[in-house]
This record gives sequence, structure tokens and C-alpha cells, in this order.
Amino acid sequence: MIDIISEYGGLLIAALGQTLLLALLGLFFACIIGVIFGIMSVVKNKVLNVIARIFVDVIRGIPMIVLAFFIFFGVPMFCNTILHLPDKVTLSGLQAGVICLALNCGAYMAEIIRAGVQAVDIGQMEAARSLGMSYSKAMAKVIMPQAIKIMIPSIINQFIITLKDTSILSVIGFPELVNTAKNIIAINFQSFQVWAIVAVMYLIVILILSRLSKILERRLSYGEHRRKDER
Amino acid sequence: MANTGAKTRDNKASRDIKIHVSHLKKSYGHNEVLKDISVDVYEGEVVVVLGPSGGGKSTFLRCLNGLEEINGGEVIVDGHQIDARKKEINKIRENIGMVFQHFNLFNNYNVLRNLTLAPIEVRKIEKSKAEEKAREMLSKVGLLEKVNAYPSQLSGGQKQRVAIARSLCMEPDIMLFDEPTSALDPEMIGEVLAVMKQLAQEGMTMVVVSHEIGFAKEVADRVLFMEGGYVLEEGTPEEVIMHPKEARTIDFFNKVLI
Repeated sequence: MIDIISEYGGLLIAALGQTLLLALLGLFFACIIGVIFGIMSVVKNKVLNVIARIFVDVIRGIPMIVLAFFIFFGVPMFCNTILHLPDKVTLSGLQAGVICLALNCGAYMAEIIRAGVQAVDIGQMEAARSLGMSYSKAMAKVIMPQAIKIMIPSIINQFIITLKDTSILSVIGFPELVNTAKNIIAINFQSFQVWAIVAVMYLIVILILSRLSKILERRLSYGEHRRKDER
Repeated sequence: MANTGAKTRDNKASRDIKIHVSHLKKSYGHNEVLKDISVDVYEGEVVVVLGPSGGGKSTFLRCLNGLEEINGGEVIVDGHQIDARKKEINKIRENIGMVFQHFNLFNNYNVLRNLTLAPIEVRKIEKSKAEEKAREMLSKVGLLEKVNAYPSQLSGGQKQRVAIARSLCMEPDIMLFDEPTSALDPEMIGEVLAVMKQLAQEGMTMVVVSHEIGFAKEVADRVLFMEGGYVLEEGTPEEVIMHPKEARTIDFFNKVLI
């Protein structure tokens, strides 16, 4: 075990770095996509609601491995051999991986946002509106702060899932943790030790994320925890 | 009691009409909740709407500030047509306070911020001025010591009194009360009704949907009895509650007054 760590440790750490890079970029764009489609699904506009619904349904209905192959192999081929674009289109593993994660995680984020907003009691919106606030002001000042608090655990959970989902992108040759581990095993044949090390690496990162989420949740709760302090 | 009611009615001609409702219709899908409602509410008048559940009382009240889109007729408040789909509704709502059955305090803010949010964000009043006003209104409802509490730390009666203070911070001309005591424990009803009674004495124009017959008898200038989407009977509390004419009204008050 020690010898594997000393020999391949640097390589595995670098691969973990690639995994985190992929996850962070993916999550960044997933948040943007999620917020856009999430808001589209809660506004009072049937057309936008339907577009958001279709996006979420399509992405949720496709396994991520199929999405990864489709984006990495299918989309460039479509551009080059069917559309006959003048410049040859290729996607790097990172580009395809980020798009794939962003779409996949974005769809789930949109759902989390929709559910979070709808979980806020309708009376909160009515009270805000009855005081003369516009819909958007009521959303920003009253509904969203409460919805975000409801969403935080689900969002962190989705982050963790997305971090683990980066392993699926080993199939398109991106040098993240799983792909690197496979390459190392191809050289030293020590499956048990290498996969154990990889598992522990994922575990550590995700445990840290879980702790962070607990702290965030506590920070964002109002009223409830103060009651104890007051006495 | 009969005298005060009669006096208000005599004075009507000289008073301004604050709320004018004519031939109001409202349905949810095929379910017609309000069939043909025509009512005028005069300045400084306290109108209590009584009637069985499902009779359209709350829907009627929610039409008055455009929380419900109406399907026919018109609602005019202070000379402004109420249309839930138009932008101007926000401006009109600033002058119509509303108190809800379930209080609907903003859970994410403490009491002070609940009271100052709309004045600061909507009326664009300076923070210090808004807070001063908020404290004034809180002492009016007897809850100044709860200024920093969160809604989750208050009892139902306290929440409702804060909700009333929140509406008052916008300095409304009209206050709408949608079953303000229905979600309260019996021993908390009195404190909320006392605040409402005080408001009525100060001359606030009020429309109150309620099951509190005692409150209606004591405070209302006029009582509407609403059922099945119509106003079946209206008049002073004396007339409607003690001497109802319609068979349905007689039946209702026989049951609730025992």
C-alpha cells in the first residue's frame, strides 16, 4: 500500500485535482442552468414552464453515460459529417465533461429550485403582495430567502452526487480519478489497493463537503436556534 | 347598540364611499363562488361579513385588494379600479392593509424587519423613520418587547397582533381582516379583537370576515350575511343578528347563538 502511494500518490492527487476541476466547472455552469430553468418553471408563464419541464424531463430521462457519449462523440460527428461545418469541431474531454455535468446537474438543480420555491407557504407571497410589493420584489425579499434555506441540503446533496458522477466521465478518456486508477492498475495489477485508495480519496472529499453543508444549514436557520440562546 | 348603527347609516350620505363593489362575480373553474355581490363601504365604517363556511366570504375579501382576479362586475377602491393583472394594483394595495387567518408573518425576518420591510422597500421611507414607526405600532398592539423576536418565537395571538401592526406601518386607509381569529386558541382571541376594536374606534375603515358574532354585535356598523355567493341580508348588527328576516339567516344565527 505504502509503495503504491509513494509511487503513484502524486499522480492520484493530480487526478483528484482534475476530478475537482471537472466537478467545480460542471457545478458552476449547472448552477447557472439550474437557476435559469428553475426560475422558468416557477414564473407565471405557461410557455416558459413547459420549456423548463421538457428540459428537466429529457435530461433526467437519459443516463449520464449516454449523455457523455452523445456529447463527446455524437455532437462533433453531427457537426462535421451532417452539418459539414467549415471548421472541424472537436470537444476535449474536459469540455464535453463539463457540458455533460452542467446539463445533468443543472436539470436536477432546476427541480430543487422549483420545489424549494413551491415549498414556501403561498401566504408569504400573498402577505408581501398585499403590502404593495411587486411579484419580483416579493420573490427577492421574502420567498427566495426562505426557499434557499429549504434548498440548501438538497443542493449540497446534488453537489455530492455530481462530484461522484465525474467518475462516469472516465469513459470519454478524461484523466480524472477513476480513469487514472484504471491506468495505474493496468501497470501494476493491484486492483484491491488502488481502488481502496481511490475510494478513500472520494470519501474524504465528500465528508468534508457534508460537514460544510451542516455548518451552512446551521448558519442559515433563523429563529429556531436563537430560542435556546435567549434564556 | 342599535343607535350607533342607525347613526352611521344616517351619516352615510355625507361620507365618502371607500369601497364600491357592483355585480361582482368570481368562479374557480366551473365553481361559481361569488354570483352577484354589490356592496358599498363608507369611510370609517366597520363592516363585518358573517355566514357559513364556503359561502364566499374570504373570496369576496380577497377580491377587494386584487388577490383574486374577478370574473365580472367591478371593484373600485378609493376611486381606483381593482384589476389583479394590472401593475397599478401594487400602488393601490399600499393603502389597503390585509390581515390573514394564518398571520403570514415573514418567517425569515424578525418582528422589526417584518414591520419595516414594506415601508422601506415599497414606500421608500428612511430606515430610521420606518423603525420609529414600527416601534410605535408595536407598542400600540402591546408587543414592543418582541421587537427582535422571530415569528417562530411568538404565540398565535402575538403573531396576529404583529401582523396587524405590520399592515398599520403602511398607514393604510382601509383594513381587511380575513378570519383573523379563526386559527387562534380561544384564550388568544380576546387580545386580537381588542386591537381591532381600538382600530375601529379610531375611525379605520374595516371589512372583517369573521365568525366572532360577539365582535360583530359590538363593533360592526353594518353586517353582511353571505351565503352561496350572494349577500342574503345586510343591515345593522341589531337587524341582521338579532332580528334576521331571511329564513336562511334565522336558521344560521339560531344555530350559532344557541
